[in-house]
Amino acid sequence: MTLATTTAIAAVVLGGLIGPAVLVMIAVVAPALLAGVLGRLVRTSLFLALPIAISAVLVNVFFFPGGQTVLLRLGPIVATAEGLAFALEILARIMAISGAVTLFYLTTRPADLVIDLERRGVSPRIAFVANASVQTVPAMVERAAQITDAQRARGLDTQGSLWRRVRGIVPIVGPVILGSIAEVEERTMALEARGFTRPGRRTLLWAPADSAIEAAVRWGLVAALVALIVLRATGVLR
Amino acid sequence: MTLALAGVGYRYAGAAEPALLDINLELRAGEVVGLAGASESGKTTLCLVAAGLAPRAIGGMLRGRISIDGEDVDAWPMHRLSERVAMGFQSPTTQLSQVTGTVFEEVAFGPMNLGVPRDEIVERTREALDTLGITELSERDPRRLSGGQQQLLAIAGLLAMRPAHLVLDEPTAQLDPEGTRLVTDALAALATAGASILVAEQKTDVLAAIASRAVVLDAGRIALAGPTQEVLRDPRLAELGVTPPAAVRMRLAALAAGIDERLIGEALAGA
Repeated sequence: MTLATTTAIAAVVLGGLIGPAVLVMIAVVAPALLAGVLGRLVRTSLFLALPIAISAVLVNVFFFPGGQTVLLRLGPIVATAEGLAFALEILARIMAISGAVTLFYLTTRPADLVIDLERRGVSPRIAFVANASVQTVPAMVERAAQITDAQRARGLDTQGSLWRRVRGIVPIVGPVILGSIAEVEERTMALEARGFTRPGRRTLLWAPADSAIEAAVRWGLVAALVALIVLRATGVLR
Repeated sequence: MTLALAGVGYRYAGAAEPALLDINLELRAGEVVGLAGASESGKTTLCLVAAGLAPRAIGGMLRGRISIDGEDVDAWPMHRLSERVAMGFQSPTTQLSQVTGTVFEEVAFGPMNLGVPRDEIVERTREALDTLGITELSERDPRRLSGGQQQLLAIAGLLAMRPAHLVLDEPTAQLDPEGTRLVTDALAALATAGASILVAEQKTDVLAAIASRAVVLDAGRIALAGPTQEVLRDPRLAELGVTPPAAVRMRLAALAAGIDERLIGEALAGA
């Protein structure tokens, strides 16, 4: 979590193209390689970053204010070299942030996160919300796939022309959202019935391994981030 | 240890009509009470009310008195009530906490919330897993289990809380016969240990096997109540949308075919 947070902030603070690119190699690619999740990391982080990356590149390449060096002219729309350079910088930051977040997601067990947060004094409710947020997306994707299959089995056409696909989405979105809302209510009741809202500390069965070296690395990362911010703020690092 | 509902009525928030009316029911220590009724008769609502979740967790308006060992629980917060009354829902997926990585941790989740000492949690968890025959699943991810396995896991999680009163809404709905047997055995053992249990079930064979008393709801009111064998043989059962147990249906079919009642009794006793 510390690595993901410091990497994401450092990518923004560093700016430029080279800095975030090097950061991605050191803080995202290398740890992912060591953890054996590089393939999944690349796929997932690209999937996460693609929509925002595409829009950021298009907006900056074609509508960068003050761009002088024309690369391409499409009627009234002009692509400039300055816009392209800025778009690449933004892209590097987006990739660093999505890579760091994905690495965290792929290498952290939700149960470990919740217990570690609780061990550090965070309320179990906040820890639960943090974890539930991570769990919500795959759960909804799974529910949507089940509902799509069920609707197809009853003759719904979700393939073919764009218009047919759009029409096919409507009977799927409703059940997905309403089902999720109903599920949240029952899940809340089940948690209450299991004493989750009881005040005071819960008994923790175990604590995730946390060696002195890991703690030192975490503090080192925070110190490095603070130093980076100071260097940038004072103009020492440009 | 008695959980008592006296003159209880309940209306969901925003609903024009009450879902429960004038419910009088006592769950005594060591007793399993079966709850039957057609769809929309109020079984789930009665479970929610008995467990204290309605109106605490979902709002609505409650009338009448609910007490535990004579003490009115109206002012008790949910977390206090959850130390005495546990509730299991029909759908297994919504009962999983989503914050645990293994089946063992999921079963331990309730006792952990209650602040039970660590060694006791481990002992309770192992016992609950063993009772429901799912010890070999201990290290599995709860979200990757089948629906039936998840239901057994959810019930194990409730057993580990060692509640004085247990309310279950269709606990065997997703289970095969072997899973159903494990659950009924576990409930019988829990009742023998002194817990009182309210089980809402469509499967009247399950109620016939474990419940000493049965209640049948109709449109939110108690339509039939009494010893399970008597209630499940009541001729009004089918009119109330409840399918009688297999033994009762066989008896009725045999009688209709003109077979002597004594012979039927002997045959059923032999089976």
